[in-house]
Amino acid sequence: MATSSSLPDLATTRRLPNGFDAFALICIVGALIAVARSASGTLAPLSALEVSPIQLDPWYLPGYALRTTMRMFAALAASLLFTFTFAPIAAKSRRAGLVMIPLLDILQSVPILGFLSFTVVFFMNLFPGRVLGAELAAIFAIFTSQAWNMAFSMYQSLVTVPGDLAEAARMFRLSAWQKFWRLEVPFAMPGLVWNTMMSMSGGWFFVVASEAISVGDTSWRLPGIGSYVAAALEARDLTAVVYAILAMLVVILAYDQLLFRPLTAWSAKFRVELTQGVQADDPWMLAMLRRTHLLRQGVDGLSGVFNWITGLRLSSRAIARPQPGPPSRTVDMVWIGLLLFIAAGIVWKLFGFLVIQLGWADLGEAILLGVFTLIRVAVLMVVASLIWVPVGVWLGLRPAWARRAQPVAQFLAAFPANLFFPPVVMGIVAFHLNADIWLTPLMVLGTQWYILFNVIAGAAAFPGDLQEASRNFHIGGWLWWRRVIIPGIFPYYITGAITASGGSWNAAIVAEVASWGDTKLTAHGLGAYTAQATEAGDTARIVLGVVVMSLFVVMCNRLLWRPLYAYSTRRLSIT
Amino acid sequence: MDAIATHETLVEVAGCRQAYHKDASADVVVLDDVNLTLKSGEIVGLLGRSGSGKSTLLRIVSGLLAPTAGRVEWRGKQVHGPADGVAMVFQSFALFPWLTVQENVEIGLEARGVAREERETRAEQAIDLIGLGGYEHAFPKELSGGMRQRVGLARALVVHPDLLLMDEPFSALDVLTAETLRTDLIELWSEGKLPIKSVLMVTHNIEEAVLMCDRILVFSSNPGRVASELIVPFAHPRNRLAPDFRQMVDDIYALMTRRPPPARVPQPGAAATAVAQTHAIHSVSVNLLAGLMETLAAPPYDGRADLPPLSAALQLEVDDLLPIGESMAMLGFGEMVEGDIHLSESGIAYVNGTVDERKEIFANALKSRVPLAAAIRQVLDERWNHRASAVRFRDELEDTMSPDYAEDTLHALINWGRYAELYAYDEDADQFYLEEDEE
Repeated sequence: MATSSSLPDLATTRRLPNGFDAFALICIVGALIAVARSASGTLAPLSALEVSPIQLDPWYLPGYALRTTMRMFAALAASLLFTFTFAPIAAKSRRAGLVMIPLLDILQSVPILGFLSFTVVFFMNLFPGRVLGAELAAIFAIFTSQAWNMAFSMYQSLVTVPGDLAEAARMFRLSAWQKFWRLEVPFAMPGLVWNTMMSMSGGWFFVVASEAISVGDTSWRLPGIGSYVAAALEARDLTAVVYAILAMLVVILAYDQLLFRPLTAWSAKFRVELTQGVQADDPWMLAMLRRTHLLRQGVDGLSGVFNWITGLRLSSRAIARPQPGPPSRTVDMVWIGLLLFIAAGIVWKLFGFLVIQLGWADLGEAILLGVFTLIRVAVLMVVASLIWVPVGVWLGLRPAWARRAQPVAQFLAAFPANLFFPPVVMGIVAFHLNADIWLTPLMVLGTQWYILFNVIAGAAAFPGDLQEASRNFHIGGWLWWRRVIIPGIFPYYITGAITASGGSWNAAIVAEVASWGDTKLTAHGLGAYTAQATEAGDTARIVLGVVVMSLFVVMCNRLLWRPLYAYSTRRLSIT
Repeated sequence: MDAIATHETLVEVAGCRQAYHKDASADVVVLDDVNLTLKSGEIVGLLGRSGSGKSTLLRIVSGLLAPTAGRVEWRGKQVHGPADGVAMVFQSFALFPWLTVQENVEIGLEARGVAREERETRAEQAIDLIGLGGYEHAFPKELSGGMRQRVGLARALVVHPDLLLMDEPFSALDVLTAETLRTDLIELWSEGKLPIKSVLMVTHNIEEAVLMCDRILVFSSNPGRVASELIVPFAHPRNRLAPDFRQMVDDIYALMTRRPPPARVPQPGAAATAVAQTHAIHSVSVNLLAGLMETLAAPPYDGRADLPPLSAALQLEVDDLLPIGESMAMLGFGEMVEGDIHLSESGIAYVNGTVDERKEIFANALKSRVPLAAAIRQVLDERWNHRASAVRFRDELEDTMSPDYAEDTLHALINWGRYAELYAYDEDADQFYLEEDEE
């Protein structure tokens, strides 16, 4: 798109580099150098990690922060790749979808941290003696925390492409490849960007947790903020912990401002509703991208190439679809039979493996501990809701406050809560508190914000006329909460609560065990069980812990959250 | 019109049939034995009520949908998928919201691999032709409905199609905007400025069909058939107020309100098979029904009205007005014959009744004239807990009609039953039930 100016001489002067360009150029060159230097570290032999152990000197922190961030983005790239292959396959092939979608659903509920020990061993064997193996294991851990919901969102979008647009694409004879890039991907974009953002928020937690890994006798410390905090814990160095928190604060602030604000603003143009909504101002980063001419020319060039590639008529044209007949029953039966056979085989193997090593008593123990953790999660959800729902409603109903509070809550959700564990642990040790009770709040430290910002969003979206009506009829006090605002924000609250409770289960593995120097604190729960098994290198107990925890999460989703969510969208959504 | 006979044949549809397959029961027929020949140089309108299968026929001609049976040819060749030289304008515009006007218009050319320069010039031409100049870089969401449909038109015209298909192109627009767009399009067509040879359009607006088309195929519903074919002999531009024009509109109204031949044989006395006799019922709200009846009862109509002026006065199109009239007729509150509508005695009694009397009259009408409503009530009376799942009725309805119509019919029955207090409905459980205090 050419500049809209009609004066030719002005147009040429505007092509010249401006101040923004200089600034942008410095940023780009600096970033390139930093990335190259960090990346070279990954190919070093493993011994390099022992030669240069984690330094608690704060001057090392920017470097560590960069390594941590790069891991994040490497995992993000992998997640995007996964999303763009998995989701289309699941959406286009009904039979593949039959397996892939439930699989995704379960994978979302599996506590990722429990599996860290296996993946580390796997990747270390892939690149024996190289740091790359440990790096990949860490990246994989982050990937598993990001990929599922992104793929799910993409799948959801692909199967709900508006019928008239799909018809138009067919009518104008777009090939499958063109249709994918011109219709399906753009349509999926807002959901994908939002879920990527959620994934990134979750990912910071895992990147910090996965940098310092120990399985059995072996342990690794990848240079990064997570390892820095682990080292600080061992050295009982609270100042270092504070430095780490500050560094993380800067990193997340930067990624939020530089990447996600512009991205969400940009993705708004892909929303399908054809009404002109309230247009927010461009975030400064997007404004800079649009104003910086060199950058813009670069972007235009890139998008030209992108358009050319995606515009290729790669595959064959669409043909007329006969009225979809009933799919072949026999093929379905064979397919489902095959799947059941494979599933039975896996269950048999798994069962055999566990039976050899463990007895029924172990299963009973795991389930009992699971119940403890379940009680913890439940109590925490209630407490967090009691605190944050009123706060969120209060903020959300005041637009000026909501605007300011929303990004803060979102920011807090992205902040890896595990960095805040040390101060809490110190407190517990100092005051000799009961670990079973006082370690518990750590589980929601990071996830409670999902409740807050969803409630704020819900209250902010609460229709003004309903508010006026309730004021007009003098509906106040408890009646107002019960009849007006709680039903009004319920769908939003449920969305937040689902995310929060899911995150809490995952956090249990890290939160139920904590250490401060030589002092170890352990709460009774499935998370601690799995964490201890990991430390001891006890594969059978890790598997048992993870499987039981997955079952608990799936049960919670199926028996509580799903019905609640269905009810709230059916009955309580304000249209 | 004999000039057309010498023109080349573009589309040939013969013995076309479209049916939904529903497991374990007879197929639901949407279109039955439809024949259509389309030659270059003409605008042909497919006119019918919603559910007459006219949009389905358009999609079959376009190649988007393959018919269950029958032959569809485009320029003498069997159609397998969207053909080159056919472009469509959609009722909902179907613009890609993330593409600018220019990019939307170019998409058909891009799909053909037309080089960028040519794409831009051709898009520019189409945009200027259709009166969109200056809007090239706007996004669809910045445009009004009328401008959006212009983009839809430009997008279709830019590929220089021989045949332009239009699926109720103006029905999503307000009256004034729709009129401007119609006249603009007809003007361009009569001046030969459109790069197309022929137009096939679907509409449910009678005046629109008479205003634009050279030939009108009137569809009957259930299953969709071509009930009659009319040649519109007027030259463009046409005058809506000319007596000939009005007469033709009147005639088509009469044609569309003509009773369908009694194809179905009623089986009296069997409540269980009541469902099988039930036609699709349009879900018309009781308020609309009462409103129409009150309007009819009051002056200047005094119980009887001519449909075209009534439709104009109430600002309701045929597709909105006829379902209300039909529901009224079905409940025995009035009749619609040959383009006229009048109230019956019970209709007048209803209008003059109090709230409770009205409910009673309505309940009696439901019980005596809507077999399915009577059947629901009967089943509920027989059950010990006075509850019955709606699934069963829905399933039975789906044996004779498409799922959408079954849902619509059930919706009507739920609303009418609730209003008449004949039975209640519990949405969570998807069950009909009797209220306790009724007995």
